[in-house]
Amino acid sequence: MLLDALMAGDRRALGRAITLAETGGDRAAELGRQIREHTGNARVIGVTGPPGAGKSTLTNRLIGALRAGGQSVAVLAVDPSSPISGGAILGDRLRMTSHTDDDDVFIRSLAARGHLGGLTASTPAVIDILDAGGYQQVILETVGTGQSEVEVGEIADIRVVVCTPGMGDDIQAMKAGLFEIADILVVNKSDQDGVDQTVRHLESMLSLRGPEHTRAVIVPTTATKGDGIDDLLNAIDRCSTILNPNERRRDRTRRLLAGRAAELLREHLLRHDSERLDTACRAYENGERSLEQSARDLLKLEYP
Amino acid sequence: MNTQTPYRVLVTKVGLDGHDRGSRIVAAYLRDAGMEVVYTPPWQSVDQVVRLANDEDVDLVGVSSLSTDHLIVPDLMQALRKAALEHVPVVVGGIVPDTEHALLFDAGVSAIFGPGTARDTIVNTVRQLAAAARDALENPFT
Repeated sequence: MLLDALMAGDRRALGRAITLAETGGDRAAELGRQIREHTGNARVIGVTGPPGAGKSTLTNRLIGALRAGGQSVAVLAVDPSSPISGGAILGDRLRMTSHTDDDDVFIRSLAARGHLGGLTASTPAVIDILDAGGYQQVILETVGTGQSEVEVGEIADIRVVVCTPGMGDDIQAMKAGLFEIADILVVNKSDQDGVDQTVRHLESMLSLRGPEHTRAVIVPTTATKGDGIDDLLNAIDRCSTILNPNERRRDRTRRLLAGRAAELLREHLLRHDSERLDTACRAYENGERSLEQSARDLLKLEYP
Repeated sequence: MNTQTPYRVLVTKVGLDGHDRGSRIVAAYLRDAGMEVVYTPPWQSVDQVVRLANDEDVDLVGVSSLSTDHLIVPDLMQALRKAALEHVPVVVGGIVPDTEHALLFDAGVSAIFGPGTARDTIVNTVRQLAAAARDALENPFT
């Protein structure tokens, strides 16, 4: 029933199906299996970057640009959950209100619910639902990220990393992590001082990359005014033709599966297999086994 | 399952008034009580609130009102029913004259929080209403 309504474009069903995917469990897993054959058509654009860089404002502009091209657009906007109360303020769509009335735009706010990495545990499942629901473009806006929340790189077809002028010296730009996963580096707030210097730092970082890396494109934007948005969309379209989506998708499925299996294993050990965990703990605390050895004992893994 | 996932509530303002201090405070209360709060700026239309309630699949809608915008709430109740969202409880907070409480309750509003309402009263009422809404909804598509 839910599947039929979803495929028929029922907006109520879409809202409910995402809640189901977020909640998890057997029914969610079964829905995920059923819609699988209807997926693989959406282009997933990941937008990530530090808090306050302008991700939501940029996403808002991107929705407008994609809609002008006649594409239907779904947005998943992730905000952090409180580690103390578990609650969250989901305020990303604050900057996207101009699209609330558009029938071909679907915006959903998600709370990270303790998941690290910038997204939510259910994100891949939710993308599949939007994909099956017929949305051609899915924008995935991460929580405000630090240097190492690179999970969006595992999931998005195109990775847009947003930064701003004056974010530090050129050594910051050289550090490993977020910048490395970018297909497109947006320097937002480019009406501010220091934009030329930031672009230079990023260019010099990119020039040091080996030939095995696809060279990222740098796009200055001022999202509040809408400047540079056409350039950004052009860059996204160009990336879509250069990158091999099938290859990337296969690779991604492998990593998604491995990641999900690791998460399930962790949950299982903590919740349902505490006896074995306790035994391994004691062996470690007694000094009989090292941390690495205890962990391997727990998984019955041989040493490589 | 209902106890495991946090309640999702929409905190919003309809109409032309932009005084959003109250809605911000209540949003923070609910966040600190472990709820996921979809927060919007003021000036939402009735249709926008309906769309938000649907797309965000919230368990409750909270409308903040300072200067007569609560009179729009009966229209909102009707629009929610039309969109098959009649199971979503609506609460109103802010300045609602005593003489107009009946108007809102008759329209289907679940609770009104006037000035000075204790944090616990708001949190507990919202939690109970959201829980009841979720239980009543259980699997509408299966």
